[in-house]
Amino acid sequence: MNEKGKDVLLSIGASLVCIVIGLVVGLLILCCINGENAVDGFSRILQGGFYLKPKGIGSEITQAAPLIMTGLSVAFAFKTGLFNIGAAGQYTVGIFGALYSAIILGLPWYLCLLVAMICGAVWGAVPGIFKAYFNVNEVITSIMFNWIGLYLVNELLYTGFGGAMYDQKTTRTYKLSAKAPQALIPDAGLNSIFKTSSTTIAIFIAIIIAIIMYIILNKTMFGYELKACGFNKDAAKYAGINEKRNIILSMTIAGALAGIGAGLYFLSGASEWNPQVATALPAIGFNGIPVALLAMSNPIGVVFAAIFVAHISVGGAYLPTKYFQPEIADLIVAVIIYLCAFVMLFKGVVINLLKKKHADKEGK
Amino acid sequence: MVLLIKYTLLYAVVLLLVALGGMFSERSGVINIALEGIMTIGGLAGVFVLALLGGKLPTPVLVALSIVTSIVTGMIYSLLLAFSAITLKADQTIGGTALNMLATAIAIVSVKAFNNSSAAGNGAASAKLTYDNSPFIYKIGPVTINIFFILAIIILVCSSIFLFRTKWGLRLRACGEHPQAADSVGINVYRWRYAGVVISGALGGLGGLAYIVPSVSTWNFEVGVAGAGFLALAVMIFGQWKPYRIAGAAVFFAVFKSLANIADSTALANLGWSKNIYSMMPFIASMIILAFTSKNSRAPKAEGIPYDKGAR
Repeated sequence: MNEKGKDVLLSIGASLVCIVIGLVVGLLILCCINGENAVDGFSRILQGGFYLKPKGIGSEITQAAPLIMTGLSVAFAFKTGLFNIGAAGQYTVGIFGALYSAIILGLPWYLCLLVAMICGAVWGAVPGIFKAYFNVNEVITSIMFNWIGLYLVNELLYTGFGGAMYDQKTTRTYKLSAKAPQALIPDAGLNSIFKTSSTTIAIFIAIIIAIIMYIILNKTMFGYELKACGFNKDAAKYAGINEKRNIILSMTIAGALAGIGAGLYFLSGASEWNPQVATALPAIGFNGIPVALLAMSNPIGVVFAAIFVAHISVGGAYLPTKYFQPEIADLIVAVIIYLCAFVMLFKGVVINLLKKKHADKEGK
Repeated sequence: MVLLIKYTLLYAVVLLLVALGGMFSERSGVINIALEGIMTIGGLAGVFVLALLGGKLPTPVLVALSIVTSIVTGMIYSLLLAFSAITLKADQTIGGTALNMLATAIAIVSVKAFNNSSAAGNGAASAKLTYDNSPFIYKIGPVTINIFFILAIIILVCSSIFLFRTKWGLRLRACGEHPQAADSVGINVYRWRYAGVVISGALGGLGGLAYIVPSVSTWNFEVGVAGAGFLALAVMIFGQWKPYRIAGAAVFFAVFKSLANIADSTALANLGWSKNIYSMMPFIASMIILAFTSKNSRAPKAEGIPYDKGAR
């Protein structure tokens, strides 16, 4: 096997170690809360969407599509040396873009998706500009703009435009199926297969975008320049790459990806925004971070990692609320990110060991 | 006006405590983005003490116990960050982010489990805890002062003396500025960085309790501490990692944060702005200030870089 293949295998192995330890922690917590039903609860988490076939699988697919996009958003920024913790805010602003163009402007779904993308891109560009021109760390800016975006979107969706997007009866934004059916992403028969109402071709759009991102990052000069900035900003500058422009571009693209994610989820009709109680940022935005870490920032890996995270979250939702809390799934995911932060370092150690062994053999 | 002073003091104390915590961590060379999570966990532990033992213990004991619990829990939780960032040399931002997400998840799961068991498992558990906050508040004339105000003043003075007037403070700062130099004169960089992070955990935990308890008597843990920990980071940067400047910055930000609380009952109500706009203000203010101050920022030079003895 060549070096690259070994590296990929090791990466997958490291991610699996994180996942297994995370799941064991989850099992322990289930045992602590309610020992009798822990095994039942754990098997529900493991089964994920398959616990309630075929509906669960459908909702798992619905969840996976936006997760792929926010995962790509974080992964893309990672590849270019930036930590996009702002995917949650970009996602939230993307929600506004999608719903505004759907309900107020009455645009068809592909244009709504475009507007969501632009909104996310704008929200991503701001931390990039702050980083490039004011030398403010993108992590701090992204966090601040997460909260600004959340309050702004709450305000706009609740009272903005004469309250035209807010349904007093359901205390949420209007259901797209009733108010703007033209903005729903086509389902191509998936809904009838899975007996759901929001499983659409969104997942295929997300996978295609993941492949495009893979090609951009690995096969084009543009991607090479962005990655060069990530590896060594000064060297890239010396080689004639405009590093300020590239920082802003990377963050803009990352934001655009998160924005599309919001469009894919909300234009599938999977959920409506509740501006009155939404005091926390949407979890799908933050879960882009574990997805990107598990995938080692590889766009193709992101697809699988996103499906895994969606699997666990859907499984968590099937926990019997009499004994357990669905947030246990979030807890498992958080433990996995914590482990990801340093398991990757062990990978480096293993690679060095293997190289040493190899060198020893050749020496003999 | 009295109302404005009341809320400004309330938030300034929180931001001051937590920003001082962040300062200790960053002065030792570790970026502590987990402050938000540490606040949540510390606040959770302290509030649990109040909810469980409220009325069963004499008031001073209860107050002391809940404060100590939140401090100790914050310290223990911050050890997770120290372990990954210092011992395992992991990326400090990712580790901190993980701890933030973990904290909210732990808080929701444990509060819901607690409510569920006390409601005999009817499955309708919420993430809210109710407690009695009166022991923490003293009335002095028209202004109410909570116990955290007094603690914060003491801690502010002590921090400044510790950091700039003792040899331990010098050692801590050396680890954040030039760890190799510190190591060369026999200072154990790893141990001092652990110390910095654990102090920040203590102050973060206390700050979490100070944020939750004095203002309301029911807290919904689904929101964690709603970004207060991140604001404290901005306060710390604006305060240029110096205790008294941090205190000034904390008051400045607290004014913006308290506008949301007083908007309804003062002349501001005439503007007709909604709560969301006021909620945005401290974050917007922090962005504007950071844009103008970051160019000549005096951040500890080695912050964010894991110290490796063998590195050249």
